[in-house]
Amino acid sequence: MRSALKTREKTILALRFGALGLAPVLIGIGFFRQEHLDVLQKAVRICLECIGIG
Amino acid sequence: MRGRISRQRVIQLLAAALFNGYAAGFRKGRIFTGGSKAFCVPVLNCYSCPGALGACPIGALQTALGAKHHFPFYVLGTLMLFGVILGRAVCGLLCPFGLVQDLLHKIPLPKLTVPRRLDRPARYLKYLVLALLVVLLPAFLVTDTSIVPPLFCKYLCPAGTLGGGIPLLLADPNLRKVAGALFGWKALVLAAILLASMSVHRPFCKYLCPLGAFYALFNRFSFFQMRLDEHKCVGCGKCEAACPMQVEVTKDINAPECIRCGKCKAVCPTGAVSSGFARGGASRPAKKEAP
Repeated sequence: MRSALKTREKTILALRFGALGLAPVLIGIGFFRQEHLDVLQKAVRICLECIGIG
Repeated sequence: MRGRISRQRVIQLLAAALFNGYAAGFRKGRIFTGGSKAFCVPVLNCYSCPGALGACPIGALQTALGAKHHFPFYVLGTLMLFGVILGRAVCGLLCPFGLVQDLLHKIPLPKLTVPRRLDRPARYLKYLVLALLVVLLPAFLVTDTSIVPPLFCKYLCPAGTLGGGIPLLLADPNLRKVAGALFGWKALVLAAILLASMSVHRPFCKYLCPLGAFYALFNRFSFFQMRLDEHKCVGCGKCEAACPMQVEVTKDINAPECIRCGKCKAVCPTGAVSSGFARGGASRPAKKEAP
Protein backbone atom coordinates (compact mmCIF):
# COMPACT_ATOMS: atom_id res chain seq x y z
CA MET A 1 0.00 0.00 0.00
CA ARG A 2 2.77 2.41 1.01
CA SER A 3 4.88 1.55 -2.03
CA ALA A 4 1.88 2.04 -4.32
CA LEU A 5 1.40 5.50 -2.82
CA LYS A 6 5.07 6.27 -3.30
CA THR A 7 4.95 5.17 -6.95
CA ARG A 8 1.86 7.31 -7.50
CA GLU A 9 3.58 10.28 -5.92
CA LYS A 10 6.65 9.77 -8.09
CA THR A 11 4.50 9.58 -11.23
CA ILE A 12 2.73 12.81 -10.28
CA LEU A 13 6.06 14.54 -9.69
CA ALA A 14 7.48 13.29 -12.98
CA LEU A 15 4.42 14.44 -14.92
CA ARG A 16 4.27 17.79 -13.11
CA PHE A 17 7.90 18.73 -13.60
CA GLY A 18 8.10 17.04 -17.01
CA ALA A 19 5.24 19.21 -18.31
CA LEU A 20 6.65 22.28 -16.59
CA GLY A 21 9.99 21.71 -18.31
CA LEU A 22 8.53 20.81 -21.71
CA ALA A 23 6.12 23.75 -22.00
CA PRO A 24 8.77 26.52 -22.16
CA VAL A 25 10.77 24.42 -24.66
CA LEU A 26 7.71 24.19 -26.93
CA ILE A 27 7.03 27.91 -26.54
CA GLY A 28 10.67 28.66 -27.33
CA ILE A 29 10.61 26.52 -30.50
CA GLY A 30 7.36 28.25 -31.47
CA PHE A 31 8.93 31.68 -31.00
CA PHE A 32 11.97 30.61 -33.02
CA ARG A 33 9.62 29.55 -35.85
CA GLN A 34 7.75 32.85 -35.43
CA GLU A 35 4.47 31.07 -34.73
CA HIS A 36 3.46 33.89 -32.41
CA LEU A 37 3.29 36.14 -35.46
CA ASP A 38 0.79 33.73 -37.06
CA VAL A 39 -1.30 33.95 -33.88
CA LEU A 40 -1.07 37.75 -33.96
CA GLN A 41 -1.98 37.93 -37.64
CA LYS A 42 -5.10 35.85 -37.06
CA ALA A 43 -6.11 37.60 -33.83
CA VAL A 44 -5.97 41.19 -35.09
CA ARG A 45 -8.48 40.55 -37.87
CA ILE A 46 -12.15 39.89 -37.25
CA CYS A 47 -12.58 36.13 -37.57
CA LEU A 48 -15.79 35.89 -39.59
CA GLU A 49 -16.20 32.16 -38.88
CA CYS A 50 -15.82 32.74 -35.14
CA ILE A 51 -18.58 35.34 -35.00
CA GLY A 52 -20.92 33.36 -37.24
CA ILE A 53 -20.67 35.23 -40.52
CA GLY A 54 -18.75 32.45 -42.24
CA MET B 1 -22.57 33.91 3.05
CA ARG B 2 -25.82 34.99 1.34
CA GLY B 3 -25.54 38.48 -0.12
CA ARG B 4 -21.74 38.47 0.08
CA ILE B 5 -19.75 38.22 -3.11
CA SER B 6 -17.52 35.15 -3.02
CA ARG B 7 -13.78 35.15 -3.65
CA GLN B 8 -14.38 33.00 -6.72
CA ARG B 9 -16.74 35.63 -8.16
CA VAL B 10 -14.27 38.47 -7.50
CA ILE B 11 -11.50 36.57 -9.31
CA GLN B 12 -13.86 35.70 -12.19
CA LEU B 13 -14.92 39.34 -12.62
CA LEU B 14 -11.35 40.62 -12.48
CA ALA B 15 -10.20 38.02 -15.00
CA ALA B 16 -13.07 38.82 -17.40
CA ALA B 17 -12.21 42.54 -17.17
CA LEU B 18 -8.50 41.84 -17.63
CA PHE B 19 -8.89 39.63 -20.71
CA ASN B 20 -11.43 42.05 -22.23
CA GLY B 21 -9.90 45.33 -21.15
CA TYR B 22 -10.20 47.16 -24.49
CA ALA B 23 -13.43 48.92 -23.54
CA ALA B 24 -13.26 51.34 -26.48
CA GLY B 25 -13.69 48.37 -28.83
CA PHE B 26 -17.28 47.84 -27.70
CA ARG B 27 -18.10 51.50 -28.38
CA LYS B 28 -16.40 51.60 -31.77
CA GLY B 29 -17.38 48.11 -32.90
CA ARG B 30 -13.74 47.32 -33.65
CA ILE B 31 -11.33 44.78 -32.28
CA PHE B 32 -8.01 45.43 -30.57
CA THR B 33 -5.01 45.17 -32.88
CA GLY B 34 -2.11 45.57 -30.44
CA GLY B 35 0.88 43.28 -29.98
CA SER B 36 -0.56 41.55 -26.90
CA LYS B 37 -2.70 39.54 -29.32
CA ALA B 38 0.36 37.45 -30.13
CA PHE B 39 -0.13 35.88 -26.70
CA CYS B 40 -2.82 33.35 -25.89
CA VAL B 41 -5.04 33.92 -22.86
CA PRO B 42 -5.68 30.80 -20.76
CA VAL B 43 -9.46 30.89 -21.32
CA LEU B 44 -12.05 30.53 -24.08
CA ASN B 45 -12.22 34.22 -24.98
CA CYS B 46 -12.83 34.96 -28.66
CA TYR B 47 -10.15 37.15 -30.25
CA SER B 48 -12.93 38.78 -32.24
CA CYS B 49 -14.53 40.06 -29.05
CA PRO B 50 -14.17 43.87 -29.28
CA GLY B 51 -12.62 43.98 -25.80
CA ALA B 52 -10.19 41.05 -26.18
CA LEU B 53 -6.56 41.89 -25.46
CA GLY B 54 -5.18 38.41 -26.19
CA ALA B 55 -5.74 35.46 -28.52
CA CYS B 56 -8.10 32.55 -27.87
CA PRO B 57 -5.94 29.41 -27.53
CA ILE B 58 -8.53 27.13 -29.15
CA GLY B 59 -8.93 29.48 -32.12
CA ALA B 60 -5.16 29.79 -32.40
CA LEU B 61 -4.69 26.00 -32.20
CA GLN B 62 -7.19 25.38 -35.00
CA THR B 63 -5.62 28.06 -37.15
CA ALA B 64 -2.13 26.63 -36.65
CA LEU B 65 -3.32 23.12 -37.54
CA GLY B 66 -5.76 24.03 -40.29
CA ALA B 67 -3.77 26.63 -42.17
CA LYS B 68 -0.22 25.33 -42.15
CA HIS B 69 1.51 22.00 -42.28
CA HIS B 70 3.28 22.29 -39.00
CA PHE B 71 3.10 21.22 -35.39
CA PRO B 72 1.69 24.06 -33.23
CA PHE B 73 4.62 24.30 -30.77
CA TYR B 74 3.81 27.78 -29.49
CA VAL B 75 0.10 27.35 -28.76
CA LEU B 76 0.52 23.84 -27.37
CA GLY B 77 3.38 24.96 -25.12
CA THR B 78 1.30 27.87 -23.83
CA LEU B 79 -1.68 25.62 -23.12
CA MET B 80 0.55 23.09 -21.41
CA LEU B 81 2.04 25.79 -19.18
CA PHE B 82 -1.39 27.03 -18.08
CA GLY B 83 -2.54 23.43 -17.64
CA VAL B 84 0.35 22.26 -15.48
CA ILE B 85 0.23 25.33 -13.24
CA LEU B 86 -3.52 25.72 -12.78
CA GLY B 87 -5.31 22.67 -14.21
CA ARG B 88 -9.03 23.33 -14.39
CA ALA B 89 -8.77 26.24 -11.95
CA VAL B 90 -8.72 28.16 -15.24
CA CYS B 91 -12.34 27.01 -15.79
CA GLY B 92 -13.55 27.67 -12.27
CA LEU B 93 -11.77 30.95 -11.60
CA LEU B 94 -10.74 32.66 -14.83
CA CYS B 95 -13.09 31.77 -17.70
CA PRO B 96 -15.54 34.56 -18.64
CA PHE B 97 -17.96 32.10 -20.27
CA GLY B 98 -17.89 30.02 -17.08
CA LEU B 99 -18.82 33.20 -15.20
CA VAL B 100 -21.77 33.79 -17.55
CA GLN B 101 -23.01 30.25 -16.92
CA ASP B 102 -22.52 30.62 -13.15
CA LEU B 103 -24.54 33.85 -13.09
CA LEU B 104 -27.33 32.36 -15.18
CA HIS B 105 -27.52 29.43 -12.79
CA LYS B 106 -28.34 31.93 -10.01
CA ILE B 107 -31.70 32.65 -11.66
CA PRO B 108 -34.29 31.05 -9.40
CA LEU B 109 -35.62 28.33 -11.70
CA PRO B 110 -35.99 24.61 -10.97
CA LYS B 111 -32.52 23.02 -11.00
CA LEU B 112 -31.92 19.77 -12.81
CA THR B 113 -29.39 17.08 -12.04
CA VAL B 114 -28.62 15.05 -15.13
CA PRO B 115 -29.05 11.32 -14.31
CA ARG B 116 -25.71 9.66 -13.70
CA ARG B 117 -26.08 7.13 -16.50
CA LEU B 118 -26.49 10.00 -18.97
CA ASP B 119 -24.14 12.45 -17.31
CA ARG B 120 -21.06 10.23 -17.09
CA PRO B 121 -20.83 9.24 -20.77
CA ALA B 122 -21.85 12.74 -21.89
CA ARG B 123 -18.81 14.18 -20.07
CA TYR B 124 -16.61 12.45 -22.67
CA LEU B 125 -18.20 14.52 -25.46
CA LYS B 126 -15.82 17.39 -24.76
CA TYR B 127 -12.83 15.14 -25.39
CA LEU B 128 -14.41 14.16 -28.72
CA VAL B 129 -14.90 17.85 -29.59
CA LEU B 130 -11.24 18.52 -28.74
CA ALA B 131 -9.92 15.53 -30.67
CA LEU B 132 -12.17 15.79 -33.70
CA LEU B 133 -13.12 19.44 -34.29
CA VAL B 134 -10.04 21.13 -32.86
CA VAL B 135 -7.19 18.74 -33.69
CA LEU B 136 -7.85 15.88 -36.11
CA LEU B 137 -10.10 17.42 -38.76
CA PRO B 138 -8.01 20.61 -39.19
CA ALA B 139 -4.77 18.59 -39.16
CA PHE B 140 -5.87 15.99 -41.70
CA LEU B 141 -8.07 18.02 -44.04
CA VAL B 142 -5.57 20.82 -44.65
CA THR B 143 -3.71 20.63 -47.98
CA ASP B 144 -1.04 22.73 -49.68
CA THR B 145 -3.69 24.65 -51.58
CA SER B 146 -6.57 24.87 -49.12
CA ILE B 147 -7.06 25.79 -45.50
CA VAL B 148 -9.56 24.32 -43.06
CA PRO B 149 -11.79 26.83 -41.25
CA PRO B 150 -11.77 26.73 -37.44
CA LEU B 151 -14.60 24.19 -37.22
CA PHE B 152 -15.22 24.45 -33.48
CA CYS B 153 -15.34 28.27 -33.68
CA LYS B 154 -17.51 28.20 -36.78
CA TYR B 155 -20.16 25.72 -35.70
CA LEU B 156 -20.10 25.32 -31.94
CA CYS B 157 -18.34 28.01 -29.91
CA PRO B 158 -20.93 30.01 -27.94
CA ALA B 159 -18.27 32.34 -26.48
CA GLY B 160 -17.50 33.68 -29.95
CA THR B 161 -21.15 34.43 -30.64
CA LEU B 162 -21.70 36.07 -27.25
CA GLY B 163 -18.42 37.96 -26.94
CA GLY B 164 -17.65 38.63 -30.60
CA GLY B 165 -20.64 38.11 -32.90
CA ILE B 166 -23.39 39.93 -31.01
CA PRO B 167 -21.40 43.07 -30.00
CA LEU B 168 -19.90 43.44 -33.49
CA LEU B 169 -23.20 42.95 -35.26
CA LEU B 170 -24.87 45.45 -32.95
CA ALA B 171 -22.17 48.03 -33.68
CA ASP B 172 -21.67 47.44 -37.42
CA PRO B 173 -24.61 47.63 -39.85
CA ASN B 174 -22.47 46.19 -42.68
CA LEU B 175 -21.82 43.03 -40.69
CA ARG B 176 -25.54 42.77 -39.91
CA LYS B 177 -26.27 42.75 -43.65
CA VAL B 178 -24.06 39.72 -44.28
CA ALA B 179 -25.17 37.67 -41.26
CA GLY B 180 -27.12 34.66 -42.52
CA ALA B 181 -27.94 31.06 -41.74
CA LEU B 182 -24.63 30.40 -40.00
CA PHE B 183 -25.21 33.22 -37.55
CA GLY B 184 -28.72 31.87 -36.99
CA TRP B 185 -27.26 28.45 -36.15
CA LYS B 186 -24.67 29.92 -33.81
CA ALA B 187 -27.28 32.07 -32.08
CA LEU B 188 -29.38 28.93 -31.60
CA VAL B 189 -26.44 27.05 -30.05
CA LEU B 190 -25.74 30.00 -27.75
CA ALA B 191 -29.39 30.32 -26.74
CA ALA B 192 -29.64 26.57 -26.01
CA ILE B 193 -26.52 26.68 -23.81
CA LEU B 194 -27.58 29.83 -21.97
CA LEU B 195 -31.07 28.45 -21.35
CA ALA B 196 -29.66 25.12 -20.17
CA SER B 197 -27.30 26.99 -17.82
CA MET B 198 -30.27 28.29 -15.86
CA SER B 199 -31.21 24.76 -14.79
CA VAL B 200 -28.04 22.70 -15.21
CA HIS B 201 -24.78 23.97 -13.76
CA ARG B 202 -22.21 24.85 -16.46
CA PRO B 203 -23.50 22.54 -19.21
CA PHE B 204 -20.97 23.84 -21.73
CA CYS B 205 -18.02 23.20 -19.38
CA LYS B 206 -19.28 19.75 -18.45
CA TYR B 207 -20.12 18.42 -21.89
CA LEU B 208 -18.67 20.48 -24.74
CA CYS B 209 -15.71 22.72 -23.94
CA PRO B 210 -12.51 21.49 -25.66
CA LEU B 211 -10.36 23.77 -23.52
CA GLY B 212 -11.82 22.26 -20.35
CA ALA B 213 -11.07 18.83 -21.82
CA PHE B 214 -7.45 19.82 -22.42
CA TYR B 215 -6.95 21.21 -18.91
CA ALA B 216 -8.71 18.17 -17.42
CA LEU B 217 -5.76 16.07 -18.61
CA PHE B 218 -3.53 18.04 -16.19
CA ASN B 219 -5.90 18.18 -13.22
CA ARG B 220 -4.40 15.30 -11.24
CA PHE B 221 -0.84 16.59 -11.37
CA SER B 222 -1.09 20.36 -11.83
CA PHE B 223 0.66 22.55 -9.25
CA PHE B 224 -2.67 23.98 -8.07
CA GLN B 225 -4.40 21.17 -6.18
CA MET B 226 -7.34 20.55 -3.90
CA ARG B 227 -6.49 18.64 -0.72
CA LEU B 228 -8.61 16.55 1.62
CA ASP B 229 -7.37 15.93 5.14
CA GLU B 230 -8.76 12.47 5.78
CA HIS B 231 -8.16 12.83 9.50
CA LYS B 232 -10.40 15.87 9.72
CA CYS B 233 -13.09 14.55 7.36
CA VAL B 234 -16.19 13.36 9.21
CA GLY B 235 -17.87 11.98 6.09
CA CYS B 236 -20.89 14.28 6.32
CA GLY B 237 -21.14 14.48 2.51
CA LYS B 238 -21.77 18.24 2.47
CA CYS B 239 -18.88 18.78 0.04
CA GLU B 240 -20.26 16.32 -2.49
CA ALA B 241 -23.75 17.78 -2.19
CA ALA B 242 -22.36 21.28 -2.81
CA CYS B 243 -20.10 20.35 -5.74
CA PRO B 244 -21.59 21.81 -8.93
CA MET B 245 -19.54 19.42 -11.09
CA GLN B 246 -20.65 16.30 -9.16
CA VAL B 247 -17.11 15.37 -8.15
CA GLU B 248 -16.80 12.61 -5.55
CA VAL B 249 -14.80 14.88 -3.25
CA THR B 250 -14.02 12.31 -0.57
CA LYS B 251 -12.90 9.67 -3.08
CA ASP B 252 -11.22 11.64 -5.87
CA ILE B 253 -10.85 15.30 -5.00
CA ASN B 254 -8.63 16.15 -7.97
CA ALA B 255 -10.79 14.37 -10.53
CA PRO B 256 -10.61 15.73 -14.10
CA GLU B 257 -14.05 17.30 -13.63
CA CYS B 258 -13.03 19.43 -10.62
CA ILE B 259 -12.90 23.10 -11.65
CA ARG B 260 -11.46 24.23 -8.28
CA CYS B 261 -14.39 26.57 -7.61
CA GLY B 262 -13.91 26.08 -3.86
CA LYS B 263 -17.53 25.32 -3.02
CA CYS B 264 -16.53 22.10 -1.22
CA LYS B 265 -14.04 24.07 0.84
CA ALA B 266 -16.63 26.68 1.75
CA VAL B 267 -19.18 24.18 3.10
CA CYS B 268 -16.83 21.80 4.91
CA PRO B 269 -17.69 22.04 8.63
CA THR B 270 -14.31 20.77 9.83
CA GLY B 271 -11.96 22.54 7.43
CA ALA B 272 -10.85 19.23 5.93
CA VAL B 273 -10.79 20.61 2.38
CA SER B 274 -8.12 23.06 1.34
CA SER B 275 -6.51 24.21 -1.87
CA GLY B 276 -3.24 25.72 -2.96
CA PHE B 277 -0.05 25.26 -4.91
CA ALA B 278 1.91 22.08 -4.25
CA ARG B 279 5.51 23.01 -3.51
CA GLY B 280 7.27 20.01 -4.91
CA GLY B 281 5.87 16.65 -3.93
CA ALA B 282 2.39 15.40 -4.59
CA SER B 283 -0.22 16.92 -2.31
CA ARG B 284 -1.08 14.67 0.59
CA PRO B 285 -3.48 15.16 3.44
CA ALA B 286 -1.85 16.64 6.51
CA LYS B 287 -0.91 14.22 9.27
CA LYS B 288 -3.14 14.06 12.31
CA GLU B 289 -1.71 16.14 15.11
CA ALA B 290 -0.66 14.37 18.29
CA PRO B 291 -3.07 14.98 21.21
